[in-house]
Amino acid sequence: MSKALFSGNEAVARGLFETGVSVVSSYPGTPSTEITESAAGYAEMYSEWAPNEKVAVEVALGASIGGARAFAGMKHVGLNVAADPLFTASYTGVNAGLVIAVADDQGLHSSQNEQDSRHWARSAKLPMLEPADSAECLAFTKFAYELSEEYDTPVLLRLSTRVSHSRSLVTAGERADIPLKPYEKNPRKYVMMPAMAKERHEFVEARTLRLAELAERTPLNTTEENVNAKIGVITAGIAYQYAKEALGNNASYLKLGMIAPLPEKVIRDFAARFRRVVVIEELDGVIETHCKALGIPVIGKELFGYTGEYSAGLIKEKLLGEKPVTREYPEQTPPRPPVLCPGCPHRGVFYVLNKLKLTVMGDIGCYTLGALAPLSALDVCVCMGASVSSLHGINTARGADFAKSAIAVLGDSTFIHSGITGIIDIAYNKGVSTVMVLDNSITGMTGHQQNPTTGLTIKGDPTSSVNLELLARACGFNRVRVIDPFDLSGAESVLKEELQVREPSFIIARRPCALLKTVKSNPPVFCDENACTGCKMCMKAGCPAISMKKTAGKSKAQIDKTLCTGCGVCEKICRFKALMAIDS
Amino acid sequence: MNIMIVGVGGQGTLLCSRLLGEAFVAMGREVKVSEVHGMSQRGGSVVTYVKCGDEVFSPLVERGEADLILAFEQLEAARWLPYLSPGGRMLVNTQIINPMPVITGAAQYPEGILDWLTANVPGSVTLDALKLAEEAGSPRAVNTVLVGAMVAVLNLPKDVFETALEKTVPPKFLKLNKIAFEKGFAAVSR
Ligand SMILES: Cc1ncc(C[n+]2csc(CCOP(=O)(O)OP(=O)(O)O)c2C)c(N)n1
Repeated sequence: MSKALFSGNEAVARGLFETGVSVVSSYPGTPSTEITESAAGYAEMYSEWAPNEKVAVEVALGASIGGARAFAGMKHVGLNVAADPLFTASYTGVNAGLVIAVADDQGLHSSQNEQDSRHWARSAKLPMLEPADSAECLAFTKFAYELSEEYDTPVLLRLSTRVSHSRSLVTAGERADIPLKPYEKNPRKYVMMPAMAKERHEFVEARTLRLAELAERTPLNTTEENVNAKIGVITAGIAYQYAKEALGNNASYLKLGMIAPLPEKVIRDFAARFRRVVVIEELDGVIETHCKALGIPVIGKELFGYTGEYSAGLIKEKLLGEKPVTREYPEQTPPRPPVLCPGCPHRGVFYVLNKLKLTVMGDIGCYTLGALAPLSALDVCVCMGASVSSLHGINTARGADFAKSAIAVLGDSTFIHSGITGIIDIAYNKGVSTVMVLDNSITGMTGHQQNPTTGLTIKGDPTSSVNLELLARACGFNRVRVIDPFDLSGAESVLKEELQVREPSFIIARRPCALLKTVKSNPPVFCDENACTGCKMCMKAGCPAISMKKTAGKSKAQIDKTLCTGCGVCEKICRFKALMAIDS
Repeated sequence: MNIMIVGVGGQGTLLCSRLLGEAFVAMGREVKVSEVHGMSQRGGSVVTYVKCGDEVFSPLVERGEADLILAFEQLEAARWLPYLSPGGRMLVNTQIINPMPVITGAAQYPEGILDWLTANVPGSVTLDALKLAEEAGSPRAVNTVLVGAMVAVLNLPKDVFETALEKTVPPKFLKLNKIAFEKGFAAVSR
């Protein structure tokens, strides 16, 4: 096949295809999502969205034990959720190859923290590979399956925002014919209870030694010598690209493709040739700490730090003392933070929560944007599902009166991911909390993935969907209400009622995402300038389609027709009937 | 060559960078394209990078390195100006989209961006791509209008882009996009 542009994620999916993977189970999360979206485009692979990462890894592990090459993909924080099966899958090992991709988000483009997933590889005692461009994404993915089967281990594939989301040239190949391996019952390998797990722990330690030997000779770790080099650079992944861009032939490079376990001799031999050895790795100093533990003098973190993304510019500045020539626009440029879209059903909910002055335990999704001005509606946002359980915590700490003005809000996908256990906790422990699911019929933030509430599979085929009302009742919530987030007064009265009662309530704010193709927008709202008093109440909705404009010395609301979807929320907020649907 | 495409999440900058990437590949160049997905696509400031040459390492265009900044919106042109190389050029869509801090009154939208750029950045080109897109049949074709304009500004082979358009745009919208491309191209060639 000829060369074509692939994103890192698409190249991983291509690798899965070519190496005969037949089961893919993932949960979306930027920047990892497109691996599985792309995998779903290959008819030869079964692909699914799991309800969360723990389920995804367990599905993949089961498939591997069952003899099929299997895969699970997730973002860095997703691996925290999947850590439980991960650590013990390290003991069971595999039957057919098992690879888990984890994408870090240096620079926090779309995440709640900036953790370094390499620590998981070390602590779960698993090998980890890190590609630096799309061609390596494909090649390393394929290699990972050989490694997995040869060493009887799950393999972690570490990606990052700039590798996952950069497109570069890839030569795609054909799919290998990998037959299903036989499955045989083998409790000593797969039933992890103390007696068997003790044996497997011995196996894991022995495997780690063998993997460390492999790290000394694998072609994934490469050195690149330059005659004029004054410094030696040890690096991996995207940081290699930055280093190479910045230093070119002025450095020699040890590029590590296998980042766990790390080699010893390879590093010693490389470092011995230079007076100055610099480790260039984003986030934590994993390679640097390893070098220092071996007594090899290197520098890294003291120059480049632990936070954010690196760049060629940063490396040039720190190592060569060079700064770019730039020009600035003479005035301050106001920031442009992301916003809830015009017509977003979450907006009406936040307007009402603000009006009622509630303490809002938030969660992760598009609705996290409700934390920004002017809505400024969230008090807390930590991790998926935490809204529900932390609401129970704060209500328990502060008492039933406090609970009358506190609520948890979370999206449909987030609720399925890890909100269900939280509502069971509330009901079981006689809590009084009010939980609201913002059901927009899609996983919005990560770019519109189907989920168990939407009635469609990853391939768009109709399937069963979770009935949230019945689910909440089955978990012990006797009060279950459904509201339309565009009906502000209806939503307000339901909220007031449910917050007052001394028992748990479950509210579903139901309306599909405005960006779904199935959602038709209404004609735009218009502003009657004679009626508009310039009171700015409508501005509290935080809609990007509404702004204030001065006409004849007076400030009036103005609607951007190209943005407005005619959702009518501002119309309901306006007390002077100045904002109206065009047809009325 | 280093190109930056900057704009507001939802404006279609992604398609534009993919198109450029495909065209450079067809021209036999080594290419890297870096995209943004996730949160900032929700109306935030977005930037994609397209780099091509004999050998490309980092996928990012950095401060002082862009040969061309294609700005889908005025404020974004001003924001990303420090990324322009000393001899670099700007191609700016005259559209204004107020960011939330401006809407809420917490910040001011700078006035006179276009005039300043034209006076201070030699070779800057501005055009009303929204109007041309509407003339072509849909305000959503702004991105294709701008690609057409960019092809003219950079004097790139037009036929390669027409083929790339056929490869990246769904057949249903191809005719519209071809008209939009022509309009952008013509607006700048004049
Ligand atoms: C453990 C974990 N997995 C994945 C993500 C990525 N992520 C952020 S929000 C979100 C889902 C949002 O969907 P939903 O709850 O339906 O809300 P919406 O965005 O549609 O409003 C996902 C998958 C994450 N932050 N944490």
